[in-house]
Amino acid sequence: MQTLSKLIQNNLKQYGMIIALLLIVLLFQILTAGILLKPLNITNLILQNSYILVLAIGMVLVIITGHIDLSVGSVAAFIGAISAILMVELNMHPFLSVVLCLLLGALIGAWQGFWVAYIKIPAFIVTLAGMLLFRGLTMIVLEGQSIAPFPTDFRQISAGFVPDFFGSGSIHIFSLVISVALSLIFVYKEVKDRKNQLKYHFNVLPKSLFIAKLVGVAVVMNGFTYILATYKGIPNILVILFVLIVGYSFMMKKMVVGRHIYAVGGNEKAAGLSGIKTKRVTFWVFVNMGILSALSGLIFAARLNAATPKAGNLFELDAIAAAFIGGASAYGGVGTVIGAIVGGLVMGVMNNGMSIIGLGVDWQQGIKGLVLLSAVAFDVFNKNKSSS
Amino acid sequence: MADILLEMKKITKEFPGVKALKDVNLQVKEGEIHALCGENGAGKSTLMKVLSGVYPYGSYTGDILFQGQECQFKDIKQSESLGIVIIHQELALIPELTIGENIFLGNEQSKKGVIDWSQTVIQTKDLLKKVGLEESPDILIKHIGVGKQQLVEIAKALAKEVKLLILDEPTAALNESDSENLLNLLLELKRQGITSIIISHKLNEISKVADSITILRDGQTIETLEPGKDEITEDRIIKGMVGRNLSNRYPQRDSKIGETIFDIINWNVYHPLQQDRKIIDNVSLHIKKGEVVGIAGLMGAGRTELAMSIFGQSYGQKITGKIKKDGKEVEIKNVSQAIKQGVAYVTEDRKTYGLILIDDIKANITLPNLQQISQRSIINEQEEIITAENYRTKLNIKSSSILQKTENLSGGNQQKVVLSKWMLAQPDILMLDEPTRGIDVGAKYEIYSIINELAQDGKGILVISSELPEILGICDRIYVMSEGKITGELNREEATQETIMEYMTNIRGEKHADLEQAYTK
Repeated sequence: MQTLSKLIQNNLKQYGMIIALLLIVLLFQILTAGILLKPLNITNLILQNSYILVLAIGMVLVIITGHIDLSVGSVAAFIGAISAILMVELNMHPFLSVVLCLLLGALIGAWQGFWVAYIKIPAFIVTLAGMLLFRGLTMIVLEGQSIAPFPTDFRQISAGFVPDFFGSGSIHIFSLVISVALSLIFVYKEVKDRKNQLKYHFNVLPKSLFIAKLVGVAVVMNGFTYILATYKGIPNILVILFVLIVGYSFMMKKMVVGRHIYAVGGNEKAAGLSGIKTKRVTFWVFVNMGILSALSGLIFAARLNAATPKAGNLFELDAIAAAFIGGASAYGGVGTVIGAIVGGLVMGVMNNGMSIIGLGVDWQQGIKGLVLLSAVAFDVFNKNKSSS
Repeated sequence: MADILLEMKKITKEFPGVKALKDVNLQVKEGEIHALCGENGAGKSTLMKVLSGVYPYGSYTGDILFQGQECQFKDIKQSESLGIVIIHQELALIPELTIGENIFLGNEQSKKGVIDWSQTVIQTKDLLKKVGLEESPDILIKHIGVGKQQLVEIAKALAKEVKLLILDEPTAALNESDSENLLNLLLELKRQGITSIIISHKLNEISKVADSITILRDGQTIETLEPGKDEITEDRIIKGMVGRNLSNRYPQRDSKIGETIFDIINWNVYHPLQQDRKIIDNVSLHIKKGEVVGIAGLMGAGRTELAMSIFGQSYGQKITGKIKKDGKEVEIKNVSQAIKQGVAYVTEDRKTYGLILIDDIKANITLPNLQQISQRSIINEQEEIITAENYRTKLNIKSSSILQKTENLSGGNQQKVVLSKWMLAQPDILMLDEPTRGIDVGAKYEIYSIINELAQDGKGILVISSELPEILGICDRIYVMSEGKITGELNREEATQETIMEYMTNIRGEKHADLEQAYTK
């Protein structure tokens, strides 16, 4: 019994947020009398939160390096506006417009990264200025008006679904095939990793728990896809998100640049004296944030089918909250992409669930605030406990 | 026999999984200087934290008697009200406040919450005179040196009407002359009737000032030595601390010195902020293969600045001069170029500049060497684990596994991690800045052995150290620096503490006074 409680304690930090997410899902599933996990609602949930999750990935990188970016909402709005001008007013091809917009996002990121990394102005100030600047620019280029509608091809980013290559029954079979394949790959990787860790005598989950974890993940993943499949299948945006999550997780965990980002956030001076070009790392993290802000802006514009001056308002706060709920440290050096995604989903599910049960925006805001605070307090509490 | 001021009886303190103190007894007599010795992790700091109430009553077992009264401190405030004041190794001064404000911090001279500034200044002046510090009370702490800051800490303690002053490693960050000053001050305070407990690794200092010495090992009291009754020598103390005779503190090495591998020629460096202040003045030096070269000097002589400016221009501006490796001129403009040229630098302050404390041993060791263990920018985790594990065993890094966070390691083991990281980089020239500061005797020996091994492998080693016995003990050749210049070069045979001291204080007089003034302003 003692070993079990110790086990729970040791893994609480790692899996705590995922468990919390599952509990929140369960809670709202009950409170909404089953509406939350209805196929249509799940699809909506993904579409509603995709642009925040994209921002959260970039934001957690920024936070790991020990900075913050307050400008992402304004940048997203500005890019949305530019994309509308390119596609709607200038009739540019959607693909070309998207590429141009992402490049512009990179440029904006470079602009802010330059001030933060090389001139050493605190990111809070640089991006606060950016928040005002790009909001202003958005209003200027849109002349205070909304621009709509976007071409259909472009809207497929947010409104489209992966086509079913296996005929069109009531269930989207291709989605299920993808899901089963992915869960097999996942199980294979986990088993391989565990073997390796055992070889070096690392602490691993006991076999029973490990199997439970694999089964749990596979069930959740396939069950989730099954629900989607009974509606229209996997949304395009989910594919984009999946690629981003896997790609960025891989980069942060297994690649040299990821290690450098953690090192710069953990101790910039020591990193510098270890041969890491700390300024360059910081600069590129902001460029990356710019690109992802642009992507987020495009997704939002495609979903709304309009570019508006008010787009992206307060996105930055949701993205920052997601990163912190997901275990990132305000002092830098700590955080994970997957954590930020889970944090974003916690916020997203709560938004969605509370809206369904008819809670007003006033209450929603307050409750979200308390969740953010308690998630971080839980983290701090856990840390103190393990260090004393 | 003098009265007993403090008695700690059968103190036992447990942390989850470890017994930090086991039935420790300590007796301190009124008016003496009592030294507490022991290796890192022996329990000295824990014992003092129990005494001062950092660990409140109830979290340990045993009795504390102060002036014959039993004490049950719940926090530091309570122990301070009885006149027990502890000065920690990391000074608790606020850099942005003045000397006066710091001295009366938490103890403000006030009437109904309004601070009486004239009283503060008058009393500060009085206290500063007592500790022999000639500074104005309204100078900011960040503008005075570490030595003077230490004096301010003591003045702060005096302001609290201290009866028992506890100093944790007070001279660890001080140079020889500042240390000397501080020890004299302790003797002076003793004459005024203030009892003190001093924790120190520097055994020569202890044998100089202490009236009795209590030795801790593995959380237990080993013995209390008293001059007169017991023979007190450094060897005797070391024997108590490590539980065996450490016959030679510096491991033997047969120097096999080869050709010159590294040349620094006419090296000049200016202060990073003050454009016209020269920090390194026309320094030339060379290192041969298999040679351990020392740089001695007082604090502020420019030793660290020299090493850092060589290491990829990590310090200073307007750097001029030539670097030659194997006789060929090389360009080293940044740290990664330095690493590529086979130059490595183990920093002086391992916590701030050497390690990423929130990361584990593995990540720290491989950080400068990620290219070595990755293919196409993807880290080969197996290779990383094997490499890190290899160094953990080779250097005997005491830890639960390579996944242990470096912030939880003791000083000696942290230093071994930093050494591993640079050994893995396979440098030809290794510069070590105060490699054994704040490390216990046993770990020091291990570090010296590693240095010897590296030298034997034909690497060129440069050691910066403020401890002259260390420099004399491990180096083949010694450069002495003073005020940014090299003032002497000595071979092992001709070097003595006295000759080095002479070179260290070589250019004194008017110019130095100017500099000193510039420093304090």
